[in-house]
Amino acid sequence: MSAQTATELSALLVKQWNHDPSKLLQILIGLQSALSHIPNEAIQYLAMELTLPQSVIEGVIGFYSFLHRQPRGRYDILISDNITDQMQGSRDRATQLAEKLGVTLGATNEALSVSLDYTSCIGMPDQGPAALVNGRTITQLTEKRVDQIAELINQAAPVDTWPATFFKVEDNIQRRDILLDTDLDEGAALTAYLTQGADKLLEDLEQSGLRGRGGAGFKTALKWRFCREAEGEDPVVVCNADEGEPGTFKDRVLLQTYADRLIEGMTLCAAIIGASQGFIYLRGEYRYLLEPLQQELQKRRDSGLLGSTIQGHASLDFDIEIHLGAGAYICGEESALIESLEGKRGIPRVRPPFPVTHGYLGHPTVVNNVETFIAAAMIAANGAEWFRSRGTAESAGTKLLSISGDCDRPGVYEYPSGTSIQTILADCGATDTQAVQVSGPAGKTLPATEFDRLIAFEDVPTGGSFMVFDDSRDMLDVVQNFAAFFVHESCGFCTPCRVGTSLLKKRLEKVVVGHATGMDLEKMIEIGSLMKTSSHCGLGATAANPVLDTIEKFPKLYDDRLKTTSFEPAFDLNQALDEAREITGRTDPGAYVKGGGV
Amino acid sequence: MIQHFTIDGRRTPFREGQTIMEAALDAGIYIPHLCYNPEFVPHGSCRVCTVKANGRIVASCTTPAVEGMQVENETEELQGNRRELLQMLFVEGNHVCPGCEKSGACQLQAVAYYTGMLAPEFTYFYPMRKVDASHPDVAIDYNRCILCELCVRASRDEDGKNIFSIDGRGINTHLTVNSASGKLGDTDFDVHDKAAQVCPVGAILPKHEGFNIPIGQRLYDRKPISVVGDVADHQED
Repeated sequence: MSAQTATELSALLVKQWNHDPSKLLQILIGLQSALSHIPNEAIQYLAMELTLPQSVIEGVIGFYSFLHRQPRGRYDILISDNITDQMQGSRDRATQLAEKLGVTLGATNEALSVSLDYTSCIGMPDQGPAALVNGRTITQLTEKRVDQIAELINQAAPVDTWPATFFKVEDNIQRRDILLDTDLDEGAALTAYLTQGADKLLEDLEQSGLRGRGGAGFKTALKWRFCREAEGEDPVVVCNADEGEPGTFKDRVLLQTYADRLIEGMTLCAAIIGASQGFIYLRGEYRYLLEPLQQELQKRRDSGLLGSTIQGHASLDFDIEIHLGAGAYICGEESALIESLEGKRGIPRVRPPFPVTHGYLGHPTVVNNVETFIAAAMIAANGAEWFRSRGTAESAGTKLLSISGDCDRPGVYEYPSGTSIQTILADCGATDTQAVQVSGPAGKTLPATEFDRLIAFEDVPTGGSFMVFDDSRDMLDVVQNFAAFFVHESCGFCTPCRVGTSLLKKRLEKVVVGHATGMDLEKMIEIGSLMKTSSHCGLGATAANPVLDTIEKFPKLYDDRLKTTSFEPAFDLNQALDEAREITGRTDPGAYVKGGGV
Repeated sequence: MIQHFTIDGRRTPFREGQTIMEAALDAGIYIPHLCYNPEFVPHGSCRVCTVKANGRIVASCTTPAVEGMQVENETEELQGNRRELLQMLFVEGNHVCPGCEKSGACQLQAVAYYTGMLAPEFTYFYPMRKVDASHPDVAIDYNRCILCELCVRASRDEDGKNIFSIDGRGINTHLTVNSASGKLGDTDFDVHDKAAQVCPVGAILPKHEGFNIPIGQRLYDRKPISVVGDVADHQED
């Protein structure tokens, strides 16, 4: 690609995004997708046009996994590397593909035709192994499908011409309750607002007991009220569609099939807090949903349910823009998400102040999960009691779960809050279950003795990820997968998370190779506890959970691999001297160390 | 109106809006810290200043003081946490105190002594990092950078030059320089810039003055950091 083209394209994108520096990330995503990298000429041009330091732009590129300064292959393939993908054979398929294409895993080939690498969970655990090819989702990577893909690539067939079945993403809704089973007439929530008013609807929302569906469980009515009463001007509504927790995919289904309800919920929120600007922050892995969502937005505008004078009311003026993410789990954290919306590196902010008073570009901002907005719209239309008819006193309503792993029927399940794990396992056809991971790697690892526990804020809270592991699995593989995930996804801002995630990963490796002792376990607990208490944000505070949980609840996993001595070095000294012996040509007894350790 | 809270049982006054750290500094109470410098917006990244406020562990540099709040600072538990955070910083980079020009006037080293850290204990990362000697008056040794971003803040907020930035993510996060070559020599950086005076470790060092003050007579050689204070306060002398 010539320098002129990169600059021309940059100019086009800058114009499209109104010369706004806060759109930097969106501009960079546009360049990456058109040019397979972000050339230096483009960076220089953007620095000039957006009056940003060049190094700041480079820092943004360096933060997001899907942005690159070196060209990627014409086929840029990322194999989803969640543990559930691995259990479905993703690693073997990746090797198979690498062999068929004659490329090295983790690299771009010299001809710049193919890049092949792994990526964090892309939200398809119910139909994996899955991959992204040039940003498009491919599901059910069977051996046959991998062969077909290799053949298409070797024939240089454009991805657009590949069989549509490759890209088919199933909803897989296995169980419906009130949220998915009740109809919502278009505009019904807005009509409720227009007839009953903001105060009444906020009261209903409060009565309903709705709490944030992303997992943190903050009361939705309270959040909206704080934002409504905040002193700042021009409040903003943001939908967190950065469903990055490995193993969760229920928002994918909602975005794919219930987008109208999401938009209705966001519009309702805007009406109540007085916002005219809204964003859907869509994770880059769900790029395939961008056009359908844009069409849905347009449909709503055409029906007078979005845009200026909504339902004929001049006071209702609200529109939604979609921003894409670019491969950064941390952007699911609401303040990091806001930073990312502003076009920056996704580093969580210092709080206070909270987004409800100082959010997007300093405006009061409501950030809610996809499921939360939908539930809010349904409550406005059906009343608080409708929602309260399910769930427990503290956890009203239902919760969508994304079930994957060792079970016969993976998919999305809607359950009343307070349902036991045992019931869920029976429903999804899980047998000989050894453990479930609830709420993803950041959540809890539960052994069979705790399957009587309940999915609810007061017992086992969850954002929706529910991964099942049967007796055949080595849970240390699971823990290692999660530990590697957190090393990759730590934003790097604070010491305990940036360094602690790597330290935990290394100690786990020491356990796996059989070099660890009891002291290493103590150290892991110490590091994990420090991360839990001292980290800057929730990522660091939860990143050690899989290690801490399994040491406590699955001690045998570790004990069986420990050396019996109280101390073992992390490496074999004698073996480490191999290279020195080779260089010096020494083979005499003095060149060897007995016992192997220090 | 002056309000009060306690630090390790000592009644400490504060003004509305002050953080625990600011109030402590005003009262002459030392809370160990690295990325904090009273002249700049608090960052909260090193976490060395963590204290227990009403039983909850928080960064004192970013947490507002509240009337009646009970803060624990110099407890064995917190010093232990700080030691561990310092150990993390030591093994993450390449910190070779005996060979470092900054030894004796380095905040990382001084806080480590203060908290009683004797050895790094964790396995070293030995990252491959560069040294940038392209500037006539100042050298950057990236091996010693602890990512406190004080130079980033100073250059952006005070010098108005935006010379330093952060790139990468996670354990690959690193300091960068804003020039096409990435070299300090290709910027308008000046040895008198504020950003040249704020590095708490030996990452940004003036040239032409190696070992002016002999080892043994340096800032923290005779008195601990809890008495002497930040290195930045003494840098412009």
